[in-house]
Amino acid sequence: MKRLSAAAGDRGRRQSFPVRCFSSVHGAVLRLQHEKGYGIVTIASSADHPTRRDFLFVATGAAAAVGGLATLWPFVSQMNPDASTIAAGAPIEVDLTPVAEGQDIKVFWRGKPIYISHRTKKQIDEAQKTPLADLKDPATDESRVKSGHEQWLVVIGICTHLGCIPIAHEGNYDGFFCPCHGSQYDSSGRIRQGPAPANLPVPPYQFVSDSKIQIG
Amino acid sequence: MSGPSDYQPSHPVLKWIERRLPILGFMHGSFVAYPTPRNLNYWWTFGAILSLMLGLQILTGIILAMHYTPEATMAFRSVESIVRDVNYGWLLRNMHAAGASMFFFAVYVHMLRGLYYGSYKEPREVLWILGVIIYLLMMATGFMGYVLPWGQMSFWGATVITNLFSAIPLVGDSIVTLLWGGYSVGNPTLNRFFSLHYLLPFVIAGVVVLHVWALHVVGQNNPAGVEPKTEKDTVAFTPYATIKDMFGVSCFLLLFAWFIFYMPNYLGDADNYIPANPAQTPAHIVPEWYYLPFYAILRSIPNKLAGVIAMFSSIIVLAFLPWLDTSKVRSTKYRPLAKQFFWIFVVVAVLLGYLGAQPPEGIYVIAGRILTVCYFAYFLVVLPLLGKIERTKPLPNSIADDVLAKAGSKAMVSTVLALIVAGGLLVGGVDRARAAESDTPPANKWSFAGPFGKFDRGSLQRGLKVYKEVCSNCHALSYIAFRNLGDPGGPGYSTAQVASLASEYKIKDGPNDKGEMFERPGRPADYFPSPFPNEQAARVVNGGAAPPDLSLITKARSYERGFPWFIFDLFTQYQEQGPDYVAAILQGFEDNPPADAKIPDGAYYNKYFPGHAIKMPKPLSDGQVTFDDGSPATVAQYAKDVTTFLMWAAEPHMEARKQLGFQVFFFLIIFAGLMYFTKKKVWADAH
Repeated sequence: MKRLSAAAGDRGRRQSFPVRCFSSVHGAVLRLQHEKGYGIVTIASSADHPTRRDFLFVATGAAAAVGGLATLWPFVSQMNPDASTIAAGAPIEVDLTPVAEGQDIKVFWRGKPIYISHRTKKQIDEAQKTPLADLKDPATDESRVKSGHEQWLVVIGICTHLGCIPIAHEGNYDGFFCPCHGSQYDSSGRIRQGPAPANLPVPPYQFVSDSKIQIG
Repeated sequence: MSGPSDYQPSHPVLKWIERRLPILGFMHGSFVAYPTPRNLNYWWTFGAILSLMLGLQILTGIILAMHYTPEATMAFRSVESIVRDVNYGWLLRNMHAAGASMFFFAVYVHMLRGLYYGSYKEPREVLWILGVIIYLLMMATGFMGYVLPWGQMSFWGATVITNLFSAIPLVGDSIVTLLWGGYSVGNPTLNRFFSLHYLLPFVIAGVVVLHVWALHVVGQNNPAGVEPKTEKDTVAFTPYATIKDMFGVSCFLLLFAWFIFYMPNYLGDADNYIPANPAQTPAHIVPEWYYLPFYAILRSIPNKLAGVIAMFSSIIVLAFLPWLDTSKVRSTKYRPLAKQFFWIFVVVAVLLGYLGAQPPEGIYVIAGRILTVCYFAYFLVVLPLLGKIERTKPLPNSIADDVLAKAGSKAMVSTVLALIVAGGLLVGGVDRARAAESDTPPANKWSFAGPFGKFDRGSLQRGLKVYKEVCSNCHALSYIAFRNLGDPGGPGYSTAQVASLASEYKIKDGPNDKGEMFERPGRPADYFPSPFPNEQAARVVNGGAAPPDLSLITKARSYERGFPWFIFDLFTQYQEQGPDYVAAILQGFEDNPPADAKIPDGAYYNKYFPGHAIKMPKPLSDGQVTFDDGSPATVAQYAKDVTTFLMWAAEPHMEARKQLGFQVFFFLIIFAGLMYFTKKKVWADAH
């Protein structure tokens, strides 16, 4: 339905119903009529105060607006992830026993690649000893791993620049190197060099046993 | 082309736009200042209603297309996943499906208005023909839309209608192969129907623009059929017609909401809840109600090509109406003889619709032939002759005079009532197609019936137990995931209970890194596993008959209610044919069948199964399942509980649907009331 809201300055001709002039007290009413975009040019009443007619028009307009918004909500909400997508994104368990020291594996959770690295002693030392002043996005190594399990690094393998997947065991910091624009991360997944603004994010995870983690 | 407008915007930005593209003035001239006859009645609000419905169908359709998969092996399941998993998916699907019916209902009212008041007559012939084109496009769009869910009726309706073109001599078969994209209706057909179904509504929108343009050139017709002569005959479109249209729309929305929220399957066919099976044709192929009269005409002619020609002619003849009707008087209001024939025509059309849903046997065939002749006679004999021989009543001098001489609108109310009953007859008649080959299942009291129905949680949990211990040995429930058992409106298990229940099952997964399939314990996201790896394995073990998946069984089964029950059902909301049937089957096995029942080997006698010979042996006996809550361990209890559970499985969001329906109705009734009083106020000085 094509409906045009009559512009504020419009004066209807022929049937001569001038736009109602609301006093400042009823400025809110005027705004309401215009927000709805209804070209309802009201008929002037002889009274200066709002009449039953105005109340009716306002009530109807408000009901239409509320109804319209309420109807609109399902149309927007349907684009949110549906129940099966949410269910498929439930936490997953990963067995760490096959991952030898110095190795890493990539698993997928909620469609995102997750690096699980079994770090060497050298990598752990380098990560722990890095001064915070050297970091673009300062964070201690301790804050990015679970205590008692420092040899395990679990990070989301999506470069914080524009979303490519960085390559593990590459770059100057024995960490990750993103081939798209040259960002380099260290062995704690922290950004050291390049255009990326932030460290590789750590997903929510916990150790259900020494050799098994649950991601999510 | 539009009404006179001296619209001048005062805002500088608007002025800037207006000088370069005078769209604001155009809109103002067409929809604000546009002079509208002041004596239009409510039959004239259906143009606005149709515009709304087109917009709504396009909007809901585009949104459904975000979630639908147009591929033969995935289409049916994708529609079910919309209904079950997408936020408000059930609402969007119901809106679109019921919306199609509402769209056709409105278009028939709109066309009958045109027929009655002579809106097709000079100078509105092109307007009318554009309308016929829109109608044809709507029929094509509706047909292809119905194919998309890929149910039994979708597939077989597509087969029947595409096969019509094989009637064309010489090139018929090539055309059909071209339409199919294969040697039968299949995946290529589905894919292209989806593409065209998405396209045609926009073509319709374009023709609607032409239709409204043509209307604005000549101006609206009016109930008196007398053209406006002075300013006194018309009012500005806004606010008068705008407000009246909005009131008409709000009443129409009430009818629409009735079907969306309370009777979503009344207008459809239960068979379309069975996935398409190219190896089995349903007992009664019936199109949707809005095609029934033409289907009846098609079947009335014993010759294939002549039947097809007759069916298309019955629509094309409408385009010739401006020339077939010879009367100089426009409105049937002043043509008493024509008025009677008009109503006879309406009755003929409704009866043809009713016949279209009946099996083409016996008296139905004869009646169909007679009524087909009557249908064509109205256009080809009655209307041409009447204009020449009838005596008409005197016309009013002007519209203004007509308004002043207004003689009560009681006729309107009674025709509305008659149309509702006739409509109920037509629509409910579809159910009649299921001939009475078996006993009628007894009606049960279901807790989920009625506008405030709810599932009995205890019954759902007991029903799940019956399914797990008895039915799941042969029947799959593949549309239900374990997580659904914890969703609101269902059996109401906790997250922990759901996880524990899921882990009792072994789910096939893989391949693993070695390339092998393996089994793992179930998770909440998994679906109930099927007892058989595929359909052939199911058939072998069950005497050649595959036990159907039970997820949709209570919606996929029905029985004919007969006249006049199916009219009452529309008002009482009775829609439990499926559950009554399923419960009846479970209890309908008899140890001593009647002597005259011929039951082949490998089949069993069942009182309520059509044909009485069912391949399933009696599944339930007393004491078979014990319930923790102490409910009686009887067949009747099992049947009731498992049917309740299966009704939930078929429609997990039923409680949400009815709850939202109540809120929507409450709002719409208030809104319609407000619109009514607003309309009265706005029109107060126009009368």
